[in-house]
Amino acid sequence: MIQNLIDGVLTGSYLSLGAIGLTLVMHILRFANFSHAELLSLGAYCALVCDALVSAMAPFLAVKFAPLSLTGALMISILVSMVLTGVSALMIDRLVFKRVREKGAELSMVFASFGMALIIRNVIGLIFGLSPELYSRDIAFAMMLSADPLILIKPDQVFVLIAALTLMFILHLILSRTTFGFSLRAVAENPSLAQVNGVNLNRTIMAVWLIGGALAAVAGIFYGISHQLIPVMGRDLVLPIFAATIVGGIGSVYGAVLGGFIVGIAGNLALVILPSGYTPSVPFLLIIIVLMIRPHGLFGEARA
Amino acid sequence: MIGVISYLVFFATTASILAIAVLGLNLQWGNTGLFNGGVVAFFGAGAYGTLILGGTAQAGHLGGYGILYPLALLGGMVAAGLMAWLVGLLTLRLRHDYLAIATFGVAVAFENLMRNAEWLAGGAKGVRGFERPLREALGDGFLYNLIFFAAVLLILIGVYIFLERLVASPFGRLLRAIREDEEAAQSLGKNPARVRLTAFITGSVILGLAGGLYGTFYAFVSPQDVLPTLTFQIWAMLIVGGAGNNRGAIFGAFVIWGAWTASGWALSRFAPVDVQLYTGSVQFILIGSVIVGMLMWRPQGFLPERLVVSQRGKP
Repeated sequence: MIQNLIDGVLTGSYLSLGAIGLTLVMHILRFANFSHAELLSLGAYCALVCDALVSAMAPFLAVKFAPLSLTGALMISILVSMVLTGVSALMIDRLVFKRVREKGAELSMVFASFGMALIIRNVIGLIFGLSPELYSRDIAFAMMLSADPLILIKPDQVFVLIAALTLMFILHLILSRTTFGFSLRAVAENPSLAQVNGVNLNRTIMAVWLIGGALAAVAGIFYGISHQLIPVMGRDLVLPIFAATIVGGIGSVYGAVLGGFIVGIAGNLALVILPSGYTPSVPFLLIIIVLMIRPHGLFGEARA
Repeated sequence: MIGVISYLVFFATTASILAIAVLGLNLQWGNTGLFNGGVVAFFGAGAYGTLILGGTAQAGHLGGYGILYPLALLGGMVAAGLMAWLVGLLTLRLRHDYLAIATFGVAVAFENLMRNAEWLAGGAKGVRGFERPLREALGDGFLYNLIFFAAVLLILIGVYIFLERLVASPFGRLLRAIREDEEAAQSLGKNPARVRLTAFITGSVILGLAGGLYGTFYAFVSPQDVLPTLTFQIWAMLIVGGAGNNRGAIFGAFVIWGAWTASGWALSRFAPVDVQLYTGSVQFILIGSVIVGMLMWRPQGFLPERLVVSQRGKP
């Protein structure tokens, strides 16, 4: 039970990172982006390639930071992947979503995002093959926190949790302390009024994709560290991330953080009462419960 | 020769069943602007409902009620409608993202439940032991398939006529009014949430009908039949054909099903063996590109929605 709770918090840390970007995009561009989870896969595979390149070029970076299984090469790859995935998110918007948006079919954006998700997911599958990949082939031994009840925790997981919380704190500072943070909120509230007051709408949208993509990359890599990389990981992550945004309230960054942890913990606690085969349904049950009790989520506001 | 004809009948039957599903989705998306991300769940509810109600007794899971076929089919449609009612009631008053996410979730949960709950519908093994209606009289051969195709075609025409009349009726006008400007419709004393719920349930019942016919055709349904693939195919059919146009929906169903079958055949025939493992991936990329490409270059589809002027202004 306590083990499930701990695992849930760790799952929650990468779900939250994924959900933050998604909720921002849904708030500003007003469409459910079903291709967001593919940005997680994109980031994860990007880091895989980059890790291999850096390790080959500078072998001294391929040494592990004991007791972590992470290497200096992977640390660099995380940063590179954040940038590249952010730029990819921006490119996808420029090439596809922006055009669909400008055709005036706002509702069609959902279809377009599904189409993009199919394309990205299967192109990754074609390039990397359908079998799973790992960042490190070595077995990461878990530390035993207590023997009775048995509680195990991997050093990598501790790193993931701390890194995720740090990133969220930095984002909090940006959103609450900078002019950019204010303009972001202004655009979300009322795009035309924000423009009248000198907020550059295009720039804000670009920034949202960059931030969303970068956080998605980290989330994907952390998922890869905790589990493994498979081309269809986006398919398994898309519903939990959406559930996190709905639980937190669409548009609320803090809601997305909390929602991510709630979905992660609920999914792991459900293992206590349900057979593991039912785990993929848990996010849906959470969505239904939230819609019944508090339709706008924990921190969301009503908006048509 | 008879081989070709019997294949064509098989192809046309499947395409016609899918065309019925596309018509159901068209009522939701094309006419009302409701995004259904879980087409396959309502389709599956129809198929599972029909087979469980109309099948012979099976050990280990629900079923074997042996209900008269038309009633079993009706039961499948009711199952799809009930599911739509539940999802719609919770989401249709909120902004449109919620419906998209919740319907997508329904499809995930439905497939998950059917795969795991052996007591309900046989789990991964699926529902077997369904006796196709009139099999004793017609046998299992070509004649049966031909008559089944004729029946499906009649149902397709029936659904088409029903929807054409519905769309031309005051209710259809109301659907378009709400799709175009919800507040304006509200100011005229209409209740958008309620009207949308009606349209969503009606569309889902038609999806359930298509699913029931699909289950009947194969006399078997398993979780493999309710994978998200089907949702993507049905969307592509509607987008290619033209959302809001019932003829476009039927046209799109035949075109996309033809393209899907042909691409699968071509890949299995001409692609090297080591590439064949990736047939699914290639087909998914194709269907994703069709959806994205249509939305970028011809969002209205090949047969666009026709403007309906119900009352011309007097000069």
